[in-house]
Amino acid sequence: MLKELLERIRQGHRTIPYPVEAPALPDRFRGRPTLPLAPCEPSCRACEAICPTGAVTCPQGKPSLDLGRCLFCADCTTACPTGALSFTVQHRLSVWERQELILGQGTPLTTKKPEDARLRLIRRSLKLRQVSAGGCSACEADINVLGTPGFDLGRFGIQIVASPRHADALLITGPVTENMRLALEKTYRAMPPPRLVVAVGACAISGGPYRDHDTTHNGVAGVLPVDLWIPGCPPHPLTILDGLLKLKGA
Amino acid sequence: MSTDPMLYLRNGQRAARRDLPWVSVEEFRKQVAHGIGQGARLAALFGMPSREENVLLIAVLADGDSGAFAISSTEVGDSYPAITPDCPQAHWFEREIAEQWGVLPEGHPWLKPIRFHRAVRPGRDAWGRAADAPFAPGVTDFFRVEGEEIHEVAVGPVHAGVIEPGHFRFQCHGERVFHLEVALGYQHRGIERALLTQPCSRFLPYVETLAGDTTIGHTTAYCQLIEALADCTVPARAEMIRGLALELERLANHVGDLGALAGDVGYLPTLSFCGRLRGEFLNMTASICGSRFGRSLVRPGGVCFDVEPSRAEELLARLEKVMRDVTGAVNLLWETPSALARFEDIGVVSRHMAAELGLVGLAARASGLERDARFDFPTGIFRMAQIPVSTWQSGDVFARAWVRWLEIQRSAAFIGEQLRSLPDGPLRCTCTASAPDSLVVSMVEGWRGEICHVAMTDSTGQLAHYKIVDPSFHNWMGLALAMRNQEISDFPLCNKSFNLSYCGHDL
Repeated sequence: MLKELLERIRQGHRTIPYPVEAPALPDRFRGRPTLPLAPCEPSCRACEAICPTGAVTCPQGKPSLDLGRCLFCADCTTACPTGALSFTVQHRLSVWERQELILGQGTPLTTKKPEDARLRLIRRSLKLRQVSAGGCSACEADINVLGTPGFDLGRFGIQIVASPRHADALLITGPVTENMRLALEKTYRAMPPPRLVVAVGACAISGGPYRDHDTTHNGVAGVLPVDLWIPGCPPHPLTILDGLLKLKGA
Repeated sequence: MSTDPMLYLRNGQRAARRDLPWVSVEEFRKQVAHGIGQGARLAALFGMPSREENVLLIAVLADGDSGAFAISSTEVGDSYPAITPDCPQAHWFEREIAEQWGVLPEGHPWLKPIRFHRAVRPGRDAWGRAADAPFAPGVTDFFRVEGEEIHEVAVGPVHAGVIEPGHFRFQCHGERVFHLEVALGYQHRGIERALLTQPCSRFLPYVETLAGDTTIGHTTAYCQLIEALADCTVPARAEMIRGLALELERLANHVGDLGALAGDVGYLPTLSFCGRLRGEFLNMTASICGSRFGRSLVRPGGVCFDVEPSRAEELLARLEKVMRDVTGAVNLLWETPSALARFEDIGVVSRHMAAELGLVGLAARASGLERDARFDFPTGIFRMAQIPVSTWQSGDVFARAWVRWLEIQRSAAFIGEQLRSLPDGPLRCTCTASAPDSLVVSMVEGWRGEICHVAMTDSTGQLAHYKIVDPSFHNWMGLALAMRNQEISDFPLCNKSFNLSYCGHDL
């Protein structure tokens, strides 16, 4: 016991002071993108051509970016001849409505909390069940990490539970493969209402890189009603944590 | 026994497709059996379309002693005599061939689907199911033990933790597991097929997400192929940054796994420390390329992000600090006899069994097999800077934990050396068009084990076929056999000691 205590004293207290203090993210971190303010050359569309998922479009020189499809690969920023597209280190990305993820020129991410009686019930305690429905395990890894002492999800009254019977919200990752559809639906049905659904990552929101494969369902929305959308590929743990705190109303 | 010559290739060496031997099925089976008898292993065995709706079977044997791949092919119709009865490591490959191409390997001892999708060749089905018959994942025959007090336990696809889906079926007598069967396929996204049908702008996202925790490993394997097809030489600085990223990936996963193994036996200090420390390695990757999982770093021709001198210095300082904490956290585990007692003699895979099954990576090394693609089939920086192969003899959970610890120390030392000696030069060169009618095999030692990609191009240089073998594909059967005669309560521990990928298997 003594050596464990000594090691603990040596390594020190490591829980980050989030959300009280702004997190230190690496300089090359790709968070919320910014779109050019001035109209683009209508014939260019270089960003559109290179985007792997059709997240960026630029009809009539007006660029628009769907954060729900974006893989944050930043290929569009190198393709853009004027360098007008860029990614900031802003990690707060979650929204209540799917439409809000589609960024136009100068669109702010709106964060108006919907009037929903279910949200009042989870203000003090939020129990989550997670289902991986065909992802690559990166989203799952960055959800799991929230349980480590660095983030310490428990201090916010949020806990990941083993049974859907105990859960208030279902956290779904992956594009919903045909082979996981039934298991996902059964998990949802096993949750007692009122219940909430959170789509985590580009796959769960839009199918991600596997969009329009005959093996997947282009995300959760075609299978279950979604209440909160957390974009990213995968979303940074802080992006997920920010989304969960938003759900809880903290 | 003499066999016809096969095509011998180095890792990442291009050959013309016309040089690929095309032999009779009998000769093909003899070549595979002979090669494996001589100490090679089956790195890949797969089908691809051939003339008149036939299927071309291609075998890639990896011989660690000579550092070469031996490749051969044969053409089959709707069935052929299975290789598995003579060569158990073909077991899973032949199930895949049956499912993908509707070809029946006659005499296969346990022919079942592995991913639960329809065959690529329309109208063919190895099990004679109608084209419109519905089928569900995991709904298939399972091996059953019968007798008094025998009971069956079914777990998954949805598990209690935050983990990918898979189904496990145990045949138990009381607490004791007689047999475990693993049924996967829930994560099947159809990536191999999509690589031939979707626009090429999606290729990199596909390979980066084959297994999200092995982004660098799989993307490097893919890029080596593309570079070989385009005769492109990657700059030394880029090779070194790829090597750094590959070893950071290994460190993050190995450290996280040691923590999780400690957690599975209820030893929480190491779990808590390692949970945080795993993130420190991911954050080091993020400081190189912005993504904790190394997305957008490795690209055909080189890398997209530089490690400037100031960044290298900062990474060195962080590495030293983090490794001090890792050493402290992990040594607590080795100094706690009650935790070690739960690792020893649990989930044993003997050296003989590991060789028969064709296990790869750290699971093979923990059973005493010296298999490491960085050493046996080196590419990139590993041709210049070698990392000693870490092995242990006991084949149990302890061995799989201990080999991780040996590799952590060696990878950290490697990263330190490389960061101190980054060469000057460009980060990336241009990859031009791929050579037509060519064949390349690329292998990278990911943190779980060897990742094997095989590509063929058609007469225009477009991909004609792409095959991906994740290390988990070889190793799931190892987990099933490790559970024989174990208590069922040791399953989470055994499972974590392998920590195999579901999506990497299901692709």
